[in-house]
Amino acid sequence: MIWALLLIPTLAGLAAFGLRRNGPRRALLLASAAAHLAAVVACWRDAPPPIADGWIAVDPASLLFLSITSALFLAAAVYGVGYLAQESHVAPGGEDDEELPFQNFPEAVFTGCLLLFLATMSLVAVSQHLGLMWVGVEATTLVSAPLIYFHRHHRSLEATWKYLLICSVGIALALLGNFFVAVAARSGGQTAIHLTIADLTAHADSLNPRWLQAAFLFFLVGYGTKMGLAPLHTWLPDAHSEAPSVVSALLSGALLNCAFLTILRTHGLLAAAGLADFSSDLLIGFGLLSMAVAAVFIVGQADFKRMLAYSSVEHMGILSLGIGVGGAAAFGAMLHAVNHSLTKAMLFLAAGNILALYRTKSTVRVRGVLRCSPITGVLWMAGFLAIVGSPPFGLFLSELTILKGMFDAGRPWVAAAYVTALAVVFVGMAAICLRMSYGLPPGAAPNPDEPAVRSTRREPFWAIAPIASLGALVFLLGVYVPPPLADLLHRAAVALGAN
Amino acid sequence: MNLWLELILVSLILANLHLLGSSRINACIRTVALQAVLLSVVSLLVQPHPIGLRLPLLAAASMAIKAGLLPWLLRRAVREAGVQTEVEPIVGFTTSLLLGLGLLGVALHVADRLPMADADGARFLVATALFTVLIGLLLIVGRRKAVMQTVGYLAMENGIYAFGLAFAVQEPLLVEMGVLLDVFVAVFVMGIAIHHISREFDHIDTDRLSALKD
Repeated sequence: MIWALLLIPTLAGLAAFGLRRNGPRRALLLASAAAHLAAVVACWRDAPPPIADGWIAVDPASLLFLSITSALFLAAAVYGVGYLAQESHVAPGGEDDEELPFQNFPEAVFTGCLLLFLATMSLVAVSQHLGLMWVGVEATTLVSAPLIYFHRHHRSLEATWKYLLICSVGIALALLGNFFVAVAARSGGQTAIHLTIADLTAHADSLNPRWLQAAFLFFLVGYGTKMGLAPLHTWLPDAHSEAPSVVSALLSGALLNCAFLTILRTHGLLAAAGLADFSSDLLIGFGLLSMAVAAVFIVGQADFKRMLAYSSVEHMGILSLGIGVGGAAAFGAMLHAVNHSLTKAMLFLAAGNILALYRTKSTVRVRGVLRCSPITGVLWMAGFLAIVGSPPFGLFLSELTILKGMFDAGRPWVAAAYVTALAVVFVGMAAICLRMSYGLPPGAAPNPDEPAVRSTRREPFWAIAPIASLGALVFLLGVYVPPPLADLLHRAAVALGAN
Repeated sequence: MNLWLELILVSLILANLHLLGSSRINACIRTVALQAVLLSVVSLLVQPHPIGLRLPLLAAASMAIKAGLLPWLLRRAVREAGVQTEVEPIVGFTTSLLLGLGLLGVALHVADRLPMADADGARFLVATALFTVLIGLLLIVGRRKAVMQTVGYLAMENGIYAFGLAFAVQEPLLVEMGVLLDVFVAVFVMGIAIHHISREFDHIDTDRLSALKD
């Protein structure tokens, strides 16, 4: 079963490079997304045995992040197929402020990389070996770089270069962290410890604490770059704003989570070695800094996709904070990871619709989405309410759980900073999103300078259904967390060292 | 610590400084290749136990990729992009060298403080590897051309990998090969990106990549 998780997208991805006709390739994308989700569901029903000497196994945390990734990928695939069909009709120069002539990346390469992206993210989720995990994370960077460069023009090229270089450097530092763990095992006198999570946790006492602490620093900096923790987040707004919206949704909803999982695992390792205080403080520090930085940049942001990207930085900060605080907050962070992924993917896809309609990412020039494109407008508003943590959506629940965990852990000052940052983000996003949704669309205004919006166009099924279903899931999680999911979240939080 | 080891470590430090002081891109690419070879040799020399077949094989594979394939790819990228072969520093050469000496001090200091069970040779290797990593980072932030940033990435990767070869020997071949493969693909993808940058802008200066900011 685990092989299926890895092989379905890999083989399909390789096949997609070779398929010449668009129709079969798009069908393949949909079919493999559905098959992958089916395999994940099968893992829910009964846990598959570990393979490759326990290097690859599905534990609660893997299953959680696999499910998120797979569900998002299916939504993105449905949206993406429609998007690709539309892109191939639209004249070059489609969705850019500057109306530059540009060509799209070949669709075969795009689809192939998209599927390989799923394969590598699955590999990160299921690998139980630090080295293998590293290989997986680096591979996600490499296969997603061409995705960001789908619209071939200089802005997306700039974003791609920054993404490649900053993430590669970050992940190289994480490799140094891996080697430090190996040295920690060796200078502790144990020579036969493999770098698998189970082995390391079992021998956690005999690991040299000094090297282990150094290793965690490198892991946090390295994988934190990929996760988008400030101050290492600088690639994130560029990549998320320049990539096609489908890719932004996957980057934000699935990829950042995979990086988060790797940090979780190393934090669990330190907790097992009795060094949880050291890693918790670092996680809390980085978490608060990320929230603060995001809040500063969200207020008055001029580009709505960048606003969403900064909101991802904020939420990654919340996750890191929740894990650092531990206890109830760790459970809350797990729930928050699910909620954030679903909501952010929903918002990015809705942003894609808005972008296609208005042909601009400027928050000032987009007006009256609710009037122009009612369904997208309603979904955009719902997504906005969800992401800032209003009831009855899931994020309200998880953010409240994290807040409660902070008071339980006796950290009122952290709680105060957390609530302040949330409030600032709420105000900043509300100002932008409300202005975009209400008012008269530019064409209807008496000002002739404004570019006319391509009249109210029919909203196709593929552009609405994925967003609506993600929204429904977020709403559901706000009012009712199904017992199997709650159980899984709990087990994942415990397994990763939250006491 | 024997004479050979000392000699190689000193040449590594000199090679790193040469990377900072050289104004020709091709010379830098050659130096990084040399660095990869030297670091692989050092990591074999510092092993306290007799080494089996696996480690030399790994070192040979790493040499083949990092000293043969990747420099070739980079030189090709430089040629195809038709760029001038000047380095164009953001941080000047003299300043870079002074910073480099400072980083050498930092690396020695850090290596001294990390608890090592092994002999002196290992301690010096740690210092050299860290120094190489830091030099790589300095090149990435202090050079304007995309090719030079890739060279910096390679230097950094060389340092890290040397550290791994020397100390993480019990790790299976598969992971090490995966790491090598990733590095190879990374440089390959960067090479393609360099090609696109040169076509899009008629140059590969990354400081003109500045449309995206807040």
